[in-house]
Amino acid sequence: MEPVFAIAFGVMVAVAAYLLMSRNVLRIVLGLLVLGNAANLSIFTAGRLESRVPPLVPAGEAALAGGANPLPQALILTAIVISFALVAFTVVLFESAHRRLGTLDADAMREAEPLPQATTKKSRKVEESA
Amino acid sequence: MILLALVMFAFALAPFVGAIGGRSSPFVAIIPLLLFVAFCVLLPEIAEGGTLLETHRWIPSIGIAAAFRLDGLSLTFALLISGIGCAVFLYASAYLRGEPRLVRFYTIITLFMASMLGAVLADDLVLLVVFWELTSITSFLLIGHTPEQERSRRSAQQGFLVTVAGGLAMLAGVILLGSVADTFSITEILGKGEMIAADPLAPAIIILIAAGAFAKSAQAPLHSWLANAMVAPTPVSAYLHSATMVKLGVYLLARFDPVFSDHALWIALLTGFGAATMLTGSVLAMRETDLKRVLAYSTIVSLGTLIMLIGIPGELAAVAVVTFLIVHALYKACLFLVAGIIDHETGTRDSSALGGMRHFMPITAAVALMGGLSMAGLPPSIGFAAKELVYETGLAASAGWALVAVALLANAAMVVVAAVVAVRCFSGDLSATPKTPHDPGFAMLAGPIVLALLGLLFGIAPWLVGNGLIVPAASAIAGEPITFTLSLWHGFTPMLALSVLTLVLGVFAYRRWSTIRSRMAGIHQIDDWGPDKLYDRLIIGLQSVSTWVTHQIQPGSLRSYVARTLFIMSLAAFVTLILRGGYELPSFANSLGPDLVIAILLIVSSLAVARARNFVSGIVAAGMVGFTVALLFLFQGAPDLAFTQFSVEALAIIIMLAIVGRMPFRDRDSRIHKERLRDLFIAGGTGVTAALVLLAVLAQPFDGRLSDFFRAASVPEAHGRNLVNVILVDFRALDTLGEITVLGLAAIAAAAVLAGLRRATAEKSK
Repeated sequence: MEPVFAIAFGVMVAVAAYLLMSRNVLRIVLGLLVLGNAANLSIFTAGRLESRVPPLVPAGEAALAGGANPLPQALILTAIVISFALVAFTVVLFESAHRRLGTLDADAMREAEPLPQATTKKSRKVEESA
Repeated sequence: MILLALVMFAFALAPFVGAIGGRSSPFVAIIPLLLFVAFCVLLPEIAEGGTLLETHRWIPSIGIAAAFRLDGLSLTFALLISGIGCAVFLYASAYLRGEPRLVRFYTIITLFMASMLGAVLADDLVLLVVFWELTSITSFLLIGHTPEQERSRRSAQQGFLVTVAGGLAMLAGVILLGSVADTFSITEILGKGEMIAADPLAPAIIILIAAGAFAKSAQAPLHSWLANAMVAPTPVSAYLHSATMVKLGVYLLARFDPVFSDHALWIALLTGFGAATMLTGSVLAMRETDLKRVLAYSTIVSLGTLIMLIGIPGELAAVAVVTFLIVHALYKACLFLVAGIIDHETGTRDSSALGGMRHFMPITAAVALMGGLSMAGLPPSIGFAAKELVYETGLAASAGWALVAVALLANAAMVVVAAVVAVRCFSGDLSATPKTPHDPGFAMLAGPIVLALLGLLFGIAPWLVGNGLIVPAASAIAGEPITFTLSLWHGFTPMLALSVLTLVLGVFAYRRWSTIRSRMAGIHQIDDWGPDKLYDRLIIGLQSVSTWVTHQIQPGSLRSYVARTLFIMSLAAFVTLILRGGYELPSFANSLGPDLVIAILLIVSSLAVARARNFVSGIVAAGMVGFTVALLFLFQGAPDLAFTQFSVEALAIIIMLAIVGRMPFRDRDSRIHKERLRDLFIAGGTGVTAALVLLAVLAQPFDGRLSDFFRAASVPEAHGRNLVNVILVDFRALDTLGEITVLGLAAIAAAAVLAGLRRATAEKSK
């Protein structure tokens, strides 16, 4: 069963990567959402899909024999919440950027790293003449 | 203990010297004087052929010690450094009176003196490199004494880059030498000379160490920084750039001469570059009128002479090196200080504009004459003995006629330079100068007078310096005790004939100096194609390369950063997976089942996200992905996950619709076709790599030890029956705490961003 989900995981990662490289930042958010789910899927698959029984110790018994693998479940539970926090914060950041800069184009957001200017030759001449 | 204490004493007193020097007090010279006296006290022991060794623990784990060694060679240098330092410090107290940044000047020049002492006393290669680089740094700061001038900055940078680049080569050579000799101790390396010289790595060591020494000692074609360093105040030029720092390369080569002296490459490199430097310096000196630059080029000639002499094997060459070294330090420092006096008193140092100064400055004129006598190599100064030794060494060497011819031309140039500096400015008719000159005070004259008198005294009584200093130092260079009696008069020998010829040539050239100089200065090719211009081109080229590289790797586009990160990450994982044989496929045998529907649904809904035409359908498709994953959790025995996933997914959709629902989401992806292809390629590669990695994991047998532990331990140790809950709140409780913290921080940060946004819009509407 698991190899099929490995293929699905690959497709989800590819889609997420393609969206992360978009110009529109809203597509980047969708990419993050898909990537988070892909990551959870990979943890779950790597822990094997062997039993459909939830990992609950029946009353009166001291240990559980068989049942689904509890460890990946615990890891994923943490990951779900964190990826949700990441997406929510990213949305807020992009909303803020949109209001301030008036654009959703990632390439147009160049406050921190302005476009390399073609003035290097000019400035060199100025230095030389000085 | 004594050597470490002396070096540390010099370092520790730097701020103190700065404080005294800042008030231009002549007492500033006491510190170098104390050091000089201390080394004089050690002199008798060394003169008898002794060697002072001491080792202190420094970094024993990698075999590096704070070891010091005092033998004839290092003592000669130590005496020159502290003695000339004394003269220069005293001189500067008057010369720089009233200048700004005096505290900085004296602090740095004292640090320089301490570093020099450390470098020549070090008995550990790594320690030597450390002090060596310290002299480069202090030299950089001293050349850049007036950083508001463009010329000053450029010269400081040039000197620094050239010497430090050489220092890097030398560091590589030192590491090689240390690994070949299996020790960093210079004393032990000198004991293993034959073994090291026979090693196949010896040529590499020789080239690297020679490169470092050549850069430091301004050998052609790395000589131009030294002439440009003349923008520094005259005390710096006299001290660093004629008497001490530029001799450090000479010291290094002399130090390792016992190891490599018979190596053909060593001889070829040193004599070749030394002779080339002598010629280059002579030609360039003939073109200049600036007294300091004339002297700087003659220093380059002398450094070339020293390097050439080291390259010639034999005891006589060793004696010639030491004698010439001492002679040059004495007269060159003296003449530099005289040039400084002329500059200070008249306001110009253009030798073509100066004349008749003997009427105003009789004492200075006499001192200059004595220094010039030594430089020109005329009796009774010690310079005469040094020049004869150079000729004698050259005549005895193989292919010596070529070296002697070079030396003849260089020495004739020295005669001209000596005459220009010491005679031309003072004799003849009076010339108008910007200021009316007169002899300076005691502080500025004392140093040059003592240095000039020593040159004469050693010439009249060579035994004063011969047995005590020159013979032990020459023994250190030769690698074995030698006996030699230094004398001024050798009788009628070929050397004497050469000396006479030198003088005739020199006087002949001097009488036509103006014509020769203007004709030489008219050769523009030297300026246009010399190493100085080459340096400028190199720096400009370096800057444009770095600008280009920066623009390439840092285009400022988020998309391109993501693309590069994904590409490199997946390529690295893919290549490792294939090359290391980790690539493995599990069996797809049991794939047909009801869960296949979930997998297909995941693939379809993911593709739908990528193809979404507007934001709402994109969110719906992304929600589909999330809910499908939740379904998988539900069917595969993870109800807790499923419920969390359902609620979080629903919440995410609501938040996104609420906040960004009204933002424009273009109908079409605005990427151009080429970008889209590139992104598709990278995304596809990332996806394939991710799938392959997961498949390789699945092909391995499952290791269930951890899961089994939780199955067995939950009830007895944590008293819980829901294993997932127990792991989260008990076994991995700290992780959960971290998760809650992350969530809280994200909420606070989001609230802060939104609050700032509200404030900004409120201000805008006002």
